[in-house]
Amino acid sequence: MSMFRFSVSRALRGAVILAVMAVSTNAFAAPIKIGAIFAVTGPAAYLGAPEEKTANLFVDNLNKAGGINGDKVVLIVKDSAGSAERALSFAKQLIDENEVVAIIGPTTSGESMAIKDFCNASKVPLISCAAAEAIVEPPLPFVFKTPQKDSYVAKWAFQTMKDSGVKKLAVVASNTGFGSGGKAQLEKYAGEYGIKIVLSESYDPSATDLSSLLTKVKSSGADALINWSIEPAQSIIAKNMKQINLAIPLYQSHGFGNIKYVEAAGAAAEGIIFPCGRLLVADLLADSDPQKKLLQKYNSDYRAAYSEDASTFGGHAYDAILILTKAIEQAKSSDPEKIASAIASIRGLPGTAGVFNFSASDHNGLGMDSISMLTVKNGKFALYGKK
Amino acid sequence: MSHEILAQYLFSGLIYGSIYAVIALGFNIVYNATGIINFAQGEFVMLGGLVTHSLSAVLPLPAAILAAIAITALTGGLLEFFFIRNIGRLIKGMGGKGDVMHLTIMTIGLSILLRELALKIWGEQVKTVRFFTGTESSSLSVAGAHFSPQLLWIMGATALVFAILSAFFRFSLSGRAMRACSASRVGSRICGIRAEAMVTLSFVLSAAIGAAAGAVTAPLTQTHYAIGTALSIKGFTVAVFGGLGNSGAAVAAGFILGIIESFSIIVFPEAFKDVVSIVILLSVLLARPSGLFGSREAGRLKEA
Repeated sequence: MSMFRFSVSRALRGAVILAVMAVSTNAFAAPIKIGAIFAVTGPAAYLGAPEEKTANLFVDNLNKAGGINGDKVVLIVKDSAGSAERALSFAKQLIDENEVVAIIGPTTSGESMAIKDFCNASKVPLISCAAAEAIVEPPLPFVFKTPQKDSYVAKWAFQTMKDSGVKKLAVVASNTGFGSGGKAQLEKYAGEYGIKIVLSESYDPSATDLSSLLTKVKSSGADALINWSIEPAQSIIAKNMKQINLAIPLYQSHGFGNIKYVEAAGAAAEGIIFPCGRLLVADLLADSDPQKKLLQKYNSDYRAAYSEDASTFGGHAYDAILILTKAIEQAKSSDPEKIASAIASIRGLPGTAGVFNFSASDHNGLGMDSISMLTVKNGKFALYGKK
Repeated sequence: MSHEILAQYLFSGLIYGSIYAVIALGFNIVYNATGIINFAQGEFVMLGGLVTHSLSAVLPLPAAILAAIAITALTGGLLEFFFIRNIGRLIKGMGGKGDVMHLTIMTIGLSILLRELALKIWGEQVKTVRFFTGTESSSLSVAGAHFSPQLLWIMGATALVFAILSAFFRFSLSGRAMRACSASRVGSRICGIRAEAMVTLSFVLSAAIGAAAGAVTAPLTQTHYAIGTALSIKGFTVAVFGGLGNSGAAVAAGFILGIIESFSIIVFPEAFKDVVSIVILLSVLLARPSGLFGSREAGRLKEA
């Protein structure tokens, strides 16, 4: 009898201790701290703001579902306003003071180039949301990026131009990291497709009217124009072209992947051709497409949370957190070095920009097939060349 | 180069010029009444465009524009009352001079305040106002050059604002009182003019003109919360280029600079456009410190 009593009380005590331990590990387990640097305000706010919204939404949902490996996630967002200097000081703050396990962002290529060496030297993974290929070329062990490489985008645009018989091309780009990066890619690959660049110009990213630049395009005899920028100037160019009666096809970069620019250009947006990820045409994809479900869910979640349409830029932040989450799950650790090597071994992960296949030499993980040619039809995005 | 292309550059220049001119006009009113360079002028333009955008969803376009002008004018008046007038007094009370330089710096603060408010209200996305006639792709043709019908609206608005301002300053009692304040604050006070009310009125007027400029240019230039800074700098450049305080000079300087910028693209890359206009501005100021059309005497009087 006494033996029995003893064992019961012992079992009880053991259970209590276990319960306390379980509670305390939950309550005192350090949350996983992730840093984010986005241009939430400033000239690149069209990209940075949806990125911030997406990242917050993703982390909220993640924590509601129990976090990563049972640990809660804390997202620390810094607004760089598009400035490379600010991005660098925030990167230092996030790594040295906040002791984050990884950084997602920055939004723009210029900012990403400014902080990538620092993150790599600090051995903290950086998953950039910017386009320029130079961010991961040559690959640094701790530096990754989610948007499609700009060379893929340029090649898709050239292939489409070649198919429709374009010989002489005019290139205009905004005077930013994104614009000059794209312009360099266009100048590099034009020859491979038998296209001659007859005019290549940069313009101020805050330009409010570009009709005289387009007059120069008109007198250059180009039979197509491509614009490479992320600013509202994308809509202004479309309008100015119609206004000065410059009747050649207008191609844009993937920077045009925001329905607000279509709305701003109105009737002048019809027929613009641009290479882009599939997010914008998710509903038009075949059911067998590995991205379709994810894209539709992201679109509807984003719309429900913020009552506006998701853009590909927000998608880049979605991919960055998705990749980070998968890497922490697979590494079963939030040690920055283990996360970095886990990212480099991710294969076949569908994201918003495409299906990611990372390797030691490919820190972007996306192939040519991550891009489709889109156009604008009746004020909406549509797949180019399909009825 | 064919004459069609040259005409096309000319019309592009007219578009730039008319935008610059209508913005520069707003600078002059505040400067005339107070000697302050109001760097929040570009933000008045931004407010005019954004308020018109929002109101045009519920009101007919002309009513939306008038309401936007009224709302922005009221904002301008309130800002002057709370910040320029009362804080100016406060600075003086603390032993500071509260002079033109302090208040000019204050307007830079106001411009940041307005920009942040606009970001909170309208978000970061680009907004437009619909074209007054036709659509985004409408185009008129003169002498082989093509341009948007909105250009005629902008030029018409510039002419209208210019005419109203000239008449106001020349013939109305308030207008003449404002000019008197600008010549001598103390002297006009002795004559019984309420100088402080005149300063408030100048902010109301310049905000109204800025808003009108914002509404009429927004279909072409589009608008968003951060568009004001670049416009302020350009408008200020044009006002100085023509001669500060002179409305006719501002309009003329706007068109001259716009046309020069447009033609400069034939020779220089587009990216050098602003460099060209700054070089021209500096060379003009070296030769004529009071601006292209400013009188030297008036310049000296202002200094005193």
